[in-house]
Amino acid sequence: MSLLEFDAVTKIYSVRGAGQIKALDDVSFTLKSGHTTGLVGQSGSGKSTIAKILTQLETPTTGEVRLGGKPIPRRGKGLRSYRQQLRMVFQDPFASLNPYHSIGYHIQRPLQLDNVVPKEQLDDEVRRLLGRVHLEPNTVIDRRPHELSGGQRQRVAIARALASRPQFLVADEPVSMLDVSIRLGVLNLLADLQREEGLGVLYITHDLATARHFSDEIIVLNQGRVVERGAADDVILRPQNPYTQRLRAASPDPDRHFGSATGILGGTQ
Amino acid sequence: MGESLLSVRDFSVVYDVDPPVEAVTNVNIDLRRGEILGLAGESGCGKTTLAYGVQRLLKAPAVITSGSVVFHDSSGEDIEINALDPEDMRRFRWDKISMVFQGAMNSLNPVATIGSQLEDVFEVHRPTHTKAQRRTAVGELLEIVKVGAQRYRSFPHELSGGMRQRVMIAMALALRPQLMVMDEPTTALDVLVQREILRQISALRHEFGFSVIFITHDLPLLLEISDRIAIMRDGEIVELDTAEQIWTNPQDDYTKSLLASFPRLTGEKGLVSR
Amino acid sequence: MTAIQPQPFTDDSDSVDADTTPTNAVKGHSRIPWRFLGGRALFYLFTLWAAITINFFLPRMMKGDAVTQYLARNRNVTPEAAEALRSLLGLDTDKTLLQQYVEYLGLLLRGDLGVSLLHGLRPVTEVISQSLPWTLGLVGFATLISFAIGTIGGAIVGWRRGSKLDALIPITTFLSTIPYFWLGLLAIALFSVNLGWFPIGKAYGVGISPELSFEFIGQVIHHGTLPALTIVIASLGGWMLGMRNMMLTVLDEDYVMVAQAKGMPNNRVLWRYAARNAVLPQIQSFALSIGFIVGGTIVMEVVFSYPGLGKLLLDATNAKDYALMQGVFLVITLSVLLANVLADIAYAFLDPRTRQTED
Repeated sequence: MSLLEFDAVTKIYSVRGAGQIKALDDVSFTLKSGHTTGLVGQSGSGKSTIAKILTQLETPTTGEVRLGGKPIPRRGKGLRSYRQQLRMVFQDPFASLNPYHSIGYHIQRPLQLDNVVPKEQLDDEVRRLLGRVHLEPNTVIDRRPHELSGGQRQRVAIARALASRPQFLVADEPVSMLDVSIRLGVLNLLADLQREEGLGVLYITHDLATARHFSDEIIVLNQGRVVERGAADDVILRPQNPYTQRLRAASPDPDRHFGSATGILGGTQ
Repeated sequence: MGESLLSVRDFSVVYDVDPPVEAVTNVNIDLRRGEILGLAGESGCGKTTLAYGVQRLLKAPAVITSGSVVFHDSSGEDIEINALDPEDMRRFRWDKISMVFQGAMNSLNPVATIGSQLEDVFEVHRPTHTKAQRRTAVGELLEIVKVGAQRYRSFPHELSGGMRQRVMIAMALALRPQLMVMDEPTTALDVLVQREILRQISALRHEFGFSVIFITHDLPLLLEISDRIAIMRDGEIVELDTAEQIWTNPQDDYTKSLLASFPRLTGEKGLVSR
Repeated sequence: MTAIQPQPFTDDSDSVDADTTPTNAVKGHSRIPWRFLGGRALFYLFTLWAAITINFFLPRMMKGDAVTQYLARNRNVTPEAAEALRSLLGLDTDKTLLQQYVEYLGLLLRGDLGVSLLHGLRPVTEVISQSLPWTLGLVGFATLISFAIGTIGGAIVGWRRGSKLDALIPITTFLSTIPYFWLGLLAIALFSVNLGWFPIGKAYGVGISPELSFEFIGQVIHHGTLPALTIVIASLGGWMLGMRNMMLTVLDEDYVMVAQAKGMPNNRVLWRYAARNAVLPQIQSFALSIGFIVGGTIVMEVVFSYPGLGKLLLDATNAKDYALMQGVFLVITLSVLLANVLADIAYAFLDPRTRQTED
């Protein structure tokens, strides 16, 4: 089993006129393959700083990130191979796809760059990946991003992230810009892929409800610090930290509002 | 059953492009005095077009093709909104129905102080007020929404998103309207701030007794705050019932699927395939 | 489960209301953006120094000097007199460049720009001060008029998009694409030669001297109308198009919709909400275009034989009268800088967001 360790990371930004801002304060967690970690926090909590450090867009002020026990190289081949192991899915599926390139090109690019498969198998592999995210290869492969719906675009982004066969996936609010009725579909797809490919997933979100259902473990972040962590149901159903309790109380919860879980949704499946 | 405040009959809006798009089709709503009516639906379902259409704020190519909107004023007068001439329509706006928009970031004029933008409302709608009266009224409004009268001279960029949305609520409250239309008023805000603002809206409603049409895609939120909920899809209202009925006994398949697409915070698992 | 219990920070309960934290200080909030203006002042001082220095080197890098030219035209000048002239003009070759530079700066500080060979060795400042008011008055006035009409017109055209007013845009744009000298000559041919409404050129008639009388002022207006009109016609299109496009962008902003929902009268929405925001980029391009306006004045003054700076510069260049050229360049540079300073100040007061330089 592969481990990605985020070890005692502190990140300090110097802001002109405002002194220093501690975006992250001694944050540690471990991503394991086949395991989903939910990272919950409001804007300004440090969520996106963690994503930036994981993808090496930023470097920690103190502390380090290790993959399989080894620190991440700063540059060169080592960094390339690290990035091949860890891929991102972003919030805005439109902004993350180039409007001038076809869907096929988007998937093919990382395959070529990382020499995942021999040249003659490229096309098959693109089709296989599109199939993995439940897109019909023949209908989407030649299309451009604007010809697809938001949900389809996010599926393309996921297929692209999977192309280099990474061990870890960072999904930063992957469904918050999608229409509500298709959010669950995309989340379920991510969950299936995570299980079948044995991915280690970091699910970054502000939404407690999806975090609870989608994660094995949840980390609650407030102002750059981890205030609570534990098994998903424990953290959401029985929060110990006052901040987590306030977050939970503030999140809409019709079950609580209408008493017990009744109606057609109560305990189905 | 309370008395009616707003009656929308057979209301239709078409986007006059080629081919024409029916954005709102034969909508009927009876809004009661003092109630919170939730209007739920996904993007493009026509919920915002409907709200803007009622205030006749739609821009070309949107055209109201049929229907009537009658406002039952507290004076006893019935006002047929579609029949008002432009000047009367202008006077009617904000005085009887005010609005709180999505994206408080851009709802305020960036180059004017928030005080002057609040004062604007009185200047135009209450021309007999003296400058001192206007100032006092604006100060009071800023205190009511807990922004503080000392923010009078602040510019929008000097306030946080939550603060700006409070200013917008103060503005909507200014003329003590009988109805506030709120279009995704808390969508861009953090959940703690969102909850704080919802509490405030609820407290203000108890104090001033206005009705609310609350538009959002966030059904769980609506279920908690609304008296009744209208579910909209493709320009039509597919179901309209009390929040409790919608939750416990939804009739329409689309309502059911919409309810099912929200993972439940504390309810049973099973919606996510894990 | 490893719930991390309340850590040693106590701000959990209240400060999480990020809502109540102002994004930027309201405390100690000064209405006058000193910090912003200070930064700009430094920038302009540097630009001024650079302009003055370039102005010093430029004529020295050109071939041939004014005295040689002067000697060619006036044969009976003794070599001693020529040497004295060189010394007078600061062109004596026995001084190092640095010495000359220091001397130049010193003279500049005392307001001494040297003497003009072309104008009988009169001080350059005196020569320029005779021409400057004409250019400043005519071009400045015409530019302001054009900016005002273009901006106000653009705001109205943008507001009423889709109406017949839209036709104004291609018309004014077409007028501004006509080469200026051609436009000027056309105007003269039509209004002066054929119709005889306006005099052909000059700032005032022959046989009258500058004085504060109705007759003289009337003459100045009569003579200035045609050149001013052509300047307005040539530049109106740019201002109008710019403002109209900006209006279209601003009209889609939420706060315009909010203003309408608030029941604001159209006039108020147009001027206080939409145009008030749309004019901001317009002011910036105004500052940028000042330089071109001053350059463009040369053509106008030649076409209309107007006794302003442009004509002065042209004559000075033809005669290689360096001192005068330097003087005119300096005045042009200063006026461009001044216009930019004014635009900056206006912008800082019109847009509260620029007052934060920390961001």
